[in-house]
Parts: sequence; C-alpha cells; structure tokens
Amino acid sequence: MDMIRFANPPVHDGAEALRHEVRAFLAEQIKGRTPLDRSESWNGFDRDFSRAMGARGWLGMTWPKRYGGHERSAFERYVVVEETLAAGAPVFAHWIADRQSGPTLLKFGTEEQRETVLPGIAAGVTTFCIGMSEPDSGSDLAATRTRAIRTNEGWRITGTKIWTTYAHRSDYMILFCRSGDSSPADRQAGTSQFLIDMKATPGMTVRPIINLAGQHHFNEVHFEDALVPLGALIGTEGQGWAQVMGELAFERSGPERFLSSIQLIVELIRALEGSESDAARAAIGRLTAHLIVLRRLSRSVAAMLEAGENPSLHAAIVKDLGATFEQSVPEIARTLVDAEPDLASTSAFCAVLANIVLNAPSWSLRGGTREILRGIIARGLGLR
Amino acid sequence: MSDGAMLVEAAERLIGNRIDDAAMRRARAGEWLAAEWDALAGMGLPLALVDEDAGGFGVAPEDAFALVRLTGRHALPLPLAETMVANHALGRAGLPLAERAAVLIDGADLTVSAEDKGWRLSGTAARVPWGRDIGTLVVVHAGRVFRLDTGWAIAEAGTNLAAMPRDTLAIDARCDVAGTANGLSALQMGAVIRTLQIAGALERVLELTVGFVSERVQFGKPLSKFQAVQHDLARLGGEVAAAGAAADMAVEAFVGDPARAALPIAAARIRTGEAAGVAAGIAQQLHGAIGFTAEHRLHWYTTSLWSWRDEYGGQRYWTDMLGTATFTAGGAGFWQFVTEAA
Repeated sequence: MDMIRFANPPVHDGAEALRHEVRAFLAEQIKGRTPLDRSESWNGFDRDFSRAMGARGWLGMTWPKRYGGHERSAFERYVVVEETLAAGAPVFAHWIADRQSGPTLLKFGTEEQRETVLPGIAAGVTTFCIGMSEPDSGSDLAATRTRAIRTNEGWRITGTKIWTTYAHRSDYMILFCRSGDSSPADRQAGTSQFLIDMKATPGMTVRPIINLAGQHHFNEVHFEDALVPLGALIGTEGQGWAQVMGELAFERSGPERFLSSIQLIVELIRALEGSESDAARAAIGRLTAHLIVLRRLSRSVAAMLEAGENPSLHAAIVKDLGATFEQSVPEIARTLVDAEPDLASTSAFCAVLANIVLNAPSWSLRGGTREILRGIIARGLGLR
Repeated sequence: MSDGAMLVEAAERLIGNRIDDAAMRRARAGEWLAAEWDALAGMGLPLALVDEDAGGFGVAPEDAFALVRLTGRHALPLPLAETMVANHALGRAGLPLAERAAVLIDGADLTVSAEDKGWRLSGTAARVPWGRDIGTLVVVHAGRVFRLDTGWAIAEAGTNLAAMPRDTLAIDARCDVAGTANGLSALQMGAVIRTLQIAGALERVLELTVGFVSERVQFGKPLSKFQAVQHDLARLGGEVAAAGAAADMAVEAFVGDPARAALPIAAARIRTGEAAGVAAGIAQQLHGAIGFTAEHRLHWYTTSLWSWRDEYGGQRYWTDMLGTATFTAGGAGFWQFVTEAA
C-alpha cells in the first residue's frame, strides 16, 4: 500500500525563523479580536488586515517577483498560513485569492490577466470568490449548466452560481462553466474557466443566502446574458475540467482542513486548566495527538506540491481525516464542560462552542463533500 | 540498492517463505519456532538496531526500523523486534549484547538496590513478551540499564490475544554492572516498536481487505462496487495512512534528540493505538463471517493489533502523559506547544 504512504516532511529552518516573525505580527495586529471573533476561522473578513499581510510580503509568497510575489518556498507560505489560521486572524479578504485563484492564474492565465490581477492579490487588496457550485450541480461539478457563448463583442454568460462565499465583497470570481458541448461518454468536455470582474459585469447580480448560524457568507450569483471580454477566458477553451482539478489539490490539503475548531480547543483547555480531571487529560491528550499527526500529513502533502507532484489522493485523505477531527471537537468539549452554547454569552467558552456547533456542518461539505472525498480515496486504493 | 535495503528484502523473503499457515498455527499453539528463529538470527537481524561501534553491522536506522515494521506486516510470531530494541539498549549502555532472544522491560515496579559492588533486582514483572523463551532480560530503571541472563522464574504463564507469550516473571537477580540508559525509557522504546508493528500490520490488513472486496461477489457484483463498502474502505485507508505517518514520526523521535522524543512518541502511540481499533473493526466487517474464522489469516493481524495497542503503556497511560503536557502549556500556549512538539 505504498500509494498512501506520506513521506517525512522536510525540516526547513528558514520557515521556523519566519514563524516567530508571524507570531509577533499577529500578537499586535489582531490583539483586539475576541475568542468568538477568532472562532470565525477563515470566514473573518478585514481588508485592513489583508493589506497589512501584503505589506509584510506574506501573500503571493511563492510567486515570481514580476507579479508582485516574493519567490519564497511553499514551506514558508505554509507557516504563514497555519499561524494566521491558528491565531484566528481574519484572512478571508485574501484567502481564496492567495490560496487558489492566484495560483490558477499564474498557471493558466494570460499575461494580461497576471499583470492586471496578481500584484493586487499579493498586496492584499484584491478579493476573490469561487464560481463552481450551481443549484443543480454541487458535488457533480460536470453537470454545470451555466453557459458562456462566444460573440464578437465578448463572452455572453447565462446561469446561476450558488454557495459563493463573499461574492458580495469580492473583486473577482473564477467562474467554471460550460463553453461547448459534452457527451455522455465525456461529461467533463466543453468546460472552461473565466475571470469575472465582480464590480463591472453588466447582467450579473448577487443575492445573499443566510446560513443556519444567521451569518451572511453565502450568495447566489446570477448571470443573465452577462457580457465579459474575450480576454476573460482563463487557459484553454474546453480544458476547464483539467484546470479545476489541479486547483482542488491546493484546496484540500492545507492546515485550514483541520484547524477550523482550534479556538474551541483553546477555550476548552482554558476552561479546564488548573482542575483538570483524568478524563479531561485523556481527551485533550488524544486531541493533541490527532492534531500533531494531521499537521505532519498536511506538511507532507505541501512537500509533494512543492515538488510538482499531483497528490490528489493524499489531499483527499488529509481533508477527510481533518474534517472528521474538527467536527469531533464540539462533541468532545460538551462531554467535559457543562455549558449551554450561546453566541451572545459573556463566557468565551459558551460563545465559541455555539459558533463552532453552528458552523461545523459546513466543514465536510466545502471543498468537496465527505462522500466525494471517500470516493476519490476508494478509487486511489484501486476500487470501483 | 543499499545493503540495508537488501537486508530488508532478504528478511521479507525469508519470513514470507518460512512463516506459512502451518508455522503460524504451531506458534499459536504455543510452540517456539526454533528453526525459524535460528534462520532470522543467522542473518544478523537481532543486531540490526545496534550501533556499529557497539557490535552492530552498520545498518542505517531507516532500514533497521523497516525490519521492525516488517515484523508487524507479517505478524511475526517471534520476538525479533523485541530483541532488536533490547540489543540497541544494551549497545548504547556499553553492555554485552544478547546471545539469544531478549526483551526490554520497564523496571519501575522492581526493587533495585546496591549490593556489594553490584546490584540486586527483585520483584514481579508482569506480562513480559516471550518471558518463557528469552535468554536475556534487559531492565531499564531510573536511567540505568541492567542485563540479566538468569535470576527469574515464570510466576504465571500467559498470552496476548494473538496467542503470543506474555508471562509474569518473579525476579530475584544479581547484577555486577549497570550501564547508563540512552535517554529513552523502556516504555518509550517499546512503544516505538509497537507503533511500527501496528503500522506494518495495518498496511497488510488494508491489502487483504482491498483484495477481498474486489473478488467477493454478492448481488451479482463485486463488493467493491457498493458505495457503502467503498466508503468504509476509504476510512480504513485514512486510518492506515495516519498510522503510517505517526510511526515514521516515532522513528524520527527515536533516532533524534532523546530530550525531544517524549511528545512525538506519545502522539504516535496514541494515534496508532486508535487507528488499530478502528481499522481492525472495518476490516473484520468488510471480510464478513469468513474473516471471523480461525482459517482465514485476517485474525493473525487483527488479534495482534488488538494486543500491541495496549502493550508498553496502554492508551490511557499515553493520553494522560500527552494531556498533562498539553495542560502544562495551557490554552494560551496550546498552538505553540503543538508546533514545537513534533
């Protein structure tokens, strides 16, 4: 079963030195964030924070300098990402752009797209959203119905995207849609990716969808004969599926896949420390062990990405194990501390527990559902 | 291919040839597999973890630990891994290596006292692996290593769930010299080998299960075509992957600075212990009733997993240890603690 061995992650002294710089920066930059704020994980949105990250050179870290990048290693970027997430920093204004939209443009975008967009991402001023899911095309991405038709004045787009996090505050979307025909034998054919200007696309409207926690992160984005320039095509027409699959390996293996409930672990330890029971020590020791091993798996995938390999199976394993872990935390916390979850509570533990309980269901949906991931893992093991 | 890698391959071949169903049945019936042990010892394997200047033959640590993993992969019914780590401890302590099979034990429950230019060790050592078959007992107590060739008797013969000897020994032994331990406790060293053996056995369990569900036909199609089966298998794969990475982490800790070894060893032990139970459960479920028979070889591995996960410190011992360390770091220091632990 060598196919699921995770190589030992390399030791990178430069990245560890950077860790202390990031911690010092965060201690100052986000000192006013409450535990409840911090439990927002990557859904916290603060343009000032993202600009400050950009000013430190911590966005677009691995990209070429001519696009505003810093030509640093994937391991240094990994340290910055995990430190900001673990601290509960409000990363969303740069999150999607830095993680996957920028890398997609770097790999497949036109020179004009790169020059126009990448420096803004690296500076922390440009926000992206993801246009993949549709009302009738969630896990089954190849069933996309949004269609782009080439005309003389540009591409005409019609269709609806859904679950588009922060579409209402984004500058750009990378849209995945149909630009040609598929066949029953090749359902993934005829798809393309487009760079959509969220501020200046006539015929596009954004409507909020409130989630079960009462928050406005999601949106529905309608395109009604919306006109985008011919230059909005990313990569090759008809190659959208292959392009988007590469994007997902970046999306599935990072530390964001097991740190979503870390603020609750911190509050749980705070609530128990000083009078911890045997059961509490056992439970916390177990959570720590899981977290240590998940970090190791995730850093191993980062090394594979850095080496130019395609670790889609390994990434799926990290995300499946990670989501299971993060979702288990509130269930364990409530066996150790008697407390009614309440977002309005003055107790940090109660407020954070409430936010985590309410948001946890999304963790095994976003970025590929648990069922999709397990299908990928089973196929990787030789089944189907 | 390096000499070490060739050694691992040769050992795998030997074990594969010699430990067949008949040999496994004999071992499980209580027989000491003398010829098989002699063959393994003849290759020098009991010395593979010993430093070259202490009498070893220069096997790289990653190859030596690959041998330990192999003993798990084959559920080897002989104390090769135990003897390897016992000899490692003897070599580091500057003591003579064992001539026959040897086992390392924690001496915390023994009384150790100085006695005219030497030491006396007495008390009871519970559930010593292969207590009835070993020639040398290596006791680690308070930073000292003692090598005993005599001075114990079987107080109570027992076995683990895989029917391998776990004997309680009554010890009253005289020891002229003591060596200095290498910085790791017997429980830590034992935990590392059990962690690796679990990882090895889990890889075999996954292979067996993938093979079984691909061949077994029900309702007109292989089990592997059923989504419920695929998803259970994916969970099994995730546990095997996590256990494998945890075992690699334990090896790094063993080889590295002993002062930094406690936390990664504990974490690896906890994670593999949990994976052993989850994975064994899924594998037994997917094999159906045939996997629940003594005829099918799945139980060689699952009964070993159910035993190894509780030997050299149980799950509670290790979670308590890591939990105590986590609480010492506290909520405010939690993340820093995690990043510095391993």
